[in-house]
Amino acid sequence: MTLEKETPTLRTDVQAVHSALSTGTRPPRPGPLSTSMAFGWRALLKIKHVPEQLFDVTVFPVMITLLFTYLFGGALAGSPRDYIQFLLPGILVQGVIMITMYTGVTLNTDIQKGVFDRFRSLPIWRPSALVGMLLGDAFRFTIASTVILGLGLIIGFRPTGGLAGVVAAVALLLLFAFSFGWIWTFLSLVLRTPNAVMGVSMMVITPFTFGSNIFVDPATMPGWLQAFVEVNPISHLVTAERGLMAGTATSAEVLMVLVWSAVLVGVFGPLTMRRYGRGR
Amino acid sequence: MTDLAIETEKLVKTYNGTPAVDGIDLQVERGGVHGFLGPNGAGKTTTIRMLATLLRPDGGTARVLGKDVVHQADEVRSAVALTGQFASVDEDLTGLENLVLVARLLGYSRSGARRRAAELLDAFGLSEASDRLVKKYSGGMRRRIDIAASIVVTPELIFLDEPTTGLDPRSRNQVWDIIRAMVGAGTTVLLTTQYLDEADQLADRISVIDTGRVIAEGTPGQLKASVGSGALHVRVRHPEDRPRAAEIVARALGAEVLVASDPAALSATVESSAPAMRAISELEAQGITVAQFSLGQPSLDEVFLALTGHLAQSGDEPATDLTEGAA
Ligand SMILES: Nc1ncnc2c1ncn2[C@@H]1O[C@H](COP(=O)(O)OP(=O)(O)OP(=O)(O)O)[C@@H](O)[C@H]1O
Ligand SMILES: [Mg+2]
Repeated sequence: MTLEKETPTLRTDVQAVHSALSTGTRPPRPGPLSTSMAFGWRALLKIKHVPEQLFDVTVFPVMITLLFTYLFGGALAGSPRDYIQFLLPGILVQGVIMITMYTGVTLNTDIQKGVFDRFRSLPIWRPSALVGMLLGDAFRFTIASTVILGLGLIIGFRPTGGLAGVVAAVALLLLFAFSFGWIWTFLSLVLRTPNAVMGVSMMVITPFTFGSNIFVDPATMPGWLQAFVEVNPISHLVTAERGLMAGTATSAEVLMVLVWSAVLVGVFGPLTMRRYGRGR
Repeated sequence: MTDLAIETEKLVKTYNGTPAVDGIDLQVERGGVHGFLGPNGAGKTTTIRMLATLLRPDGGTARVLGKDVVHQADEVRSAVALTGQFASVDEDLTGLENLVLVARLLGYSRSGARRRAAELLDAFGLSEASDRLVKKYSGGMRRRIDIAASIVVTPELIFLDEPTTGLDPRSRNQVWDIIRAMVGAGTTVLLTTQYLDEADQLADRISVIDTGRVIAEGTPGQLKASVGSGALHVRVRHPEDRPRAAEIVARALGAEVLVASDPAALSATVESSAPAMRAISELEAQGITVAQFSLGQPSLDEVFLALTGHLAQSGDEPATDLTEGAA
């Protein structure tokens, strides 16, 4: 808290407070969409005031894209240029999914501060604070996706599905990330500290991203691991992303991702809201 | 169906087996300020959070403006506002953005929200700071923006949780002015405080709360009267004289003597002025120099001490009338 001299004009005017009170009539109650958008606006304002928080959606994706392409490229596919064709849709998923983790950490910090007390005391559609936050995160994910795709194009990625394929792939990824985010909103309401949220998130994300078809073809894996990769939703997402970017996606592949998204929201949405409603 | 602003019955909230609120019965009339007075950990915030629908009670019932806080939570939210003990504004946004956000959430149009925000910033003397991040605000400014955010739509009832804790006297006066303006506009105020003089100044009725229970209730005057008709306050010149002075006064009055945190002050309830004067002359006769003495109504500090057997607060808080004039 800064101690600063307030200028004489920074005074409360009782008369004006009185008149402000007399004009504060309640407008008609806003709908869920408009309150969610208002919270999304809040998330964007925070980015505007603290642009450093875009560090994780710019530098981090560049790092993993370069690292994995050049680390594995020669060994797995003969050359990084060949590998990037296979890797890029996967690393896009990896990058965005890892960034979703910050959703939980941010929410947990936010809730400790008391501003959520105000939100929860307003007569609004209850999930809108969280939906709005996830919408704001979608903006961050879009930046991360753009960075990874741009870098991929520079180092040799050539999507045969064209612009339409790439746009569809990113849109599907954003939808999945939004749904996946409800896991973190739930965790951040259950766990006490941002560090705990971070720790648990890592434990969830690591097996799901590495135990998938992101880096290598599962055919080379031992049977038990193949079995896991087969049912891992991240693998389904990566398959659909590869298909969309290559222009070969089947509707079954895309549908699978939509189903997973619905399941994630259907399970973790209500769990989150139950927790959210109960208070601490 | 009653017309009470707040009505609770055996309200309970337990944390890990320990009751934070232990069967509170409250009846608060509409209009005016109801004071909720109690020391740290008494259960004030927990009670307010249950009444504002932020926390689900573990037992008992509460109705706010005739609506049940559990089953009609949304209706309650539509009529009340909360200014929490810890800033319930977003530090990472500017003052203006905070108010616009709340206005949008309450259904104002984009331009309507900006107009309303500007009007409130003006009234609260914050227009020059409107584009500054709230984390750069002083404590008094934060409190005001917080209260402004609570009256974007004029609430029928507002919960103010320790709105003046940590403020300097001038900022505290500003908050008091705001509270009086709210009452003037017809809003019912539930005010929690640890400051006895604050409750005395603002509240029409006071509930004294300690360890999760209401231990006394009434107007400030009634609470004082319940302790005794009057009080003798004495300050001795040399603090080391106090123990002896306390004995002498106790003997002269035949009443219990209370010693405050000010090391030179003591006080006792008296029925009339004659025994009080006798006690003072007795002190002089015994060679104890009296720096100051006064006869008056007992302070709420004494009320609290008499009711709970311990002082309302420990140390570092601003002076109440018991320790006044310590210079
Ligand atoms: N979330 C919580 N978990 C565990 N115990 C809690 C929690 N919140 C409050 N308590 C306990 O409940 C009791 C009442 O707390 P409360 O915050 O209601 O007191 P208060 O009267 O507002 O005190 P203060 O003047 O310090 O704000 C305290 O003993 C506190 O430690
Ligand atoms: Mg409190």
